[in-house]
Amino acid sequence: MDRWIQREVKSRVEELELPFNRDGIDPFGISKRHVARFMTMLGWFYRRYFRARVFGIHNVPTSGRAMLVGNHSGGYAIDAGMVIASCFFELGPPRLAQGMAEKFLAKVPFVSAWTSKTGQFTGLPEHAIRLLENERLLMVFPEGARGTAKLFPERYSLVKFGQGFVRLALQTNTPIIPVAFIGGGEAVPTISNLEPLGKLLGVPYIPVTPYLIPAPLPVPVSIHYGEAIHFEGTGNEDDAAIVAMVDEVKGRIAALIEEGRKS
Amino acid sequence: MKVLVTGVSGKIGRLVAARLLADDHTVIGIDRRPWPDAPEGVEMFETDIRKRKAEDVFRTRRPDAVIHMATVTHIRKSSGDRFRINLGGTRAVFEYAHRYGVERAIFVGRHTYYGAAPDSPLYHTEDEPPLGLESFPELADLVAADLYAGSALWRFPDITTSVLRVCYTLGPERHGTLAGFLRNRRVPRVLGFDPLFQFMHEFDVARAVATALNASLRGVYNVNGPAPLPLSVIIRRAGRQDLPIPEALLAAAMGRFGIAELPRGAIDHIKYPVVTDGAAFREATSFTHEHDEYETIEAYKSALRRGFP
Repeated sequence: MDRWIQREVKSRVEELELPFNRDGIDPFGISKRHVARFMTMLGWFYRRYFRARVFGIHNVPTSGRAMLVGNHSGGYAIDAGMVIASCFFELGPPRLAQGMAEKFLAKVPFVSAWTSKTGQFTGLPEHAIRLLENERLLMVFPEGARGTAKLFPERYSLVKFGQGFVRLALQTNTPIIPVAFIGGGEAVPTISNLEPLGKLLGVPYIPVTPYLIPAPLPVPVSIHYGEAIHFEGTGNEDDAAIVAMVDEVKGRIAALIEEGRKS
Repeated sequence: MKVLVTGVSGKIGRLVAARLLADDHTVIGIDRRPWPDAPEGVEMFETDIRKRKAEDVFRTRRPDAVIHMATVTHIRKSSGDRFRINLGGTRAVFEYAHRYGVERAIFVGRHTYYGAAPDSPLYHTEDEPPLGLESFPELADLVAADLYAGSALWRFPDITTSVLRVCYTLGPERHGTLAGFLRNRRVPRVLGFDPLFQFMHEFDVARAVATALNASLRGVYNVNGPAPLPLSVIIRRAGRQDLPIPEALLAAAMGRFGIAELPRGAIDHIKYPVVTDGAAFREATSFTHEHDEYETIEAYKSALRRGFP
């Protein structure tokens, strides 16, 4: 059944530094078998479909807690998938980037089981703290669903960032690695978002493309990792202090996007 | 110590009593159900905890400690009944304990207190409020009893009280919610969902309760054993047939085709995980479980071969 899983993926899964038990399941319910299938699928998109290029992967630490903070674009989280793939395929030893999934996903059959078995847990502060305290690699998109809802002309802009991620980083003394993803807006060129239809289907919205369906186009994408940012603090700072830190991260991501568009 | 155990005739109650005897305590048992072959050293009283006779036991026997395990979890009991037993009984136990000078009290509660919901985090800590009560009102009395027992910490500061939120149990006694859920050959699962389930060996539960008593523990603690496993893995390892059914059909199939019946709200408990963080308890008592997840399932599985009681 799992014959289509590449040997490379299989051996990389073995190299993951997660405390798997003899069934290949870690204490958070991440399953080796599911990670392998997930990475096989992501790997195909990463290498063949989007021909992803990666810059600055050395900025991602190969062990210990870290928070990847990136921009969203293009209808749904292709960027998340490609960041996960790059940390798995480019890092040695490979790492599993663990995203903070939209809350509604936990209610969707199959998506629920797959997200929990591949370490993509519901975006709750409790999950973020616990994963970081377990020295995991956390992946955060502070724009949230507002970010994936960007229309084609807005694809390189950044919308409002949440502040929670900075407080969590301070609280857990975690370095923030800014990430820019280029090409999401071209892959799913959104001309409109259907919110009523989304509501009917239990998702925030359904993106509409010029060719109607929100399937991604095979455009090249690139991922740009910036140097780690270390903030000092407790996480209980005033909003003004936090906003300044959020703006610094946002500025670094915006600069990476500009750089990335030229490459 | 002289230890009074309510609900002593239950499977776990008996194990706790045996454990206490092994630790050189004397045991007084209260239960509505008889325990005909109770071991020597257990003085049995067949009564309801809310009855006069139960108070007499406190007054005449003057226990040093009380372990309250007389709570009903069968969802089949009417909810009014459950409320009276679980909440009224808990109230009575703490009132008597206070009135008759009991030094230590342990309330044995359940980790399902936290509830199962799509937005509930893995590894609940003791400070978290319960979730998902609106979808599973049948749990309300257990939640209320847990919080009520916790209030003894400030109402009766002279009693060293601990509230234990114990995860599911498996083992040779085949007792409890998870054991019951796995008892049929085919075990239903909601298609597309496979939550983590946390369970520990029945013997380890008894040891944990005794450990809490001996450590004179004060406060609210999660009690658990090995790392949780996905429901599908538990079903397969228990030698059962994993039967994923679309949620819409599951309600219709329950009670038929050898599939156990579940109340509607319980479906969330097979869709979403209830997983607790037991670090505080382990740190406070240096308790460690003796049986890992595989031994625990194996003990249950081999007991199943002897047939269900």
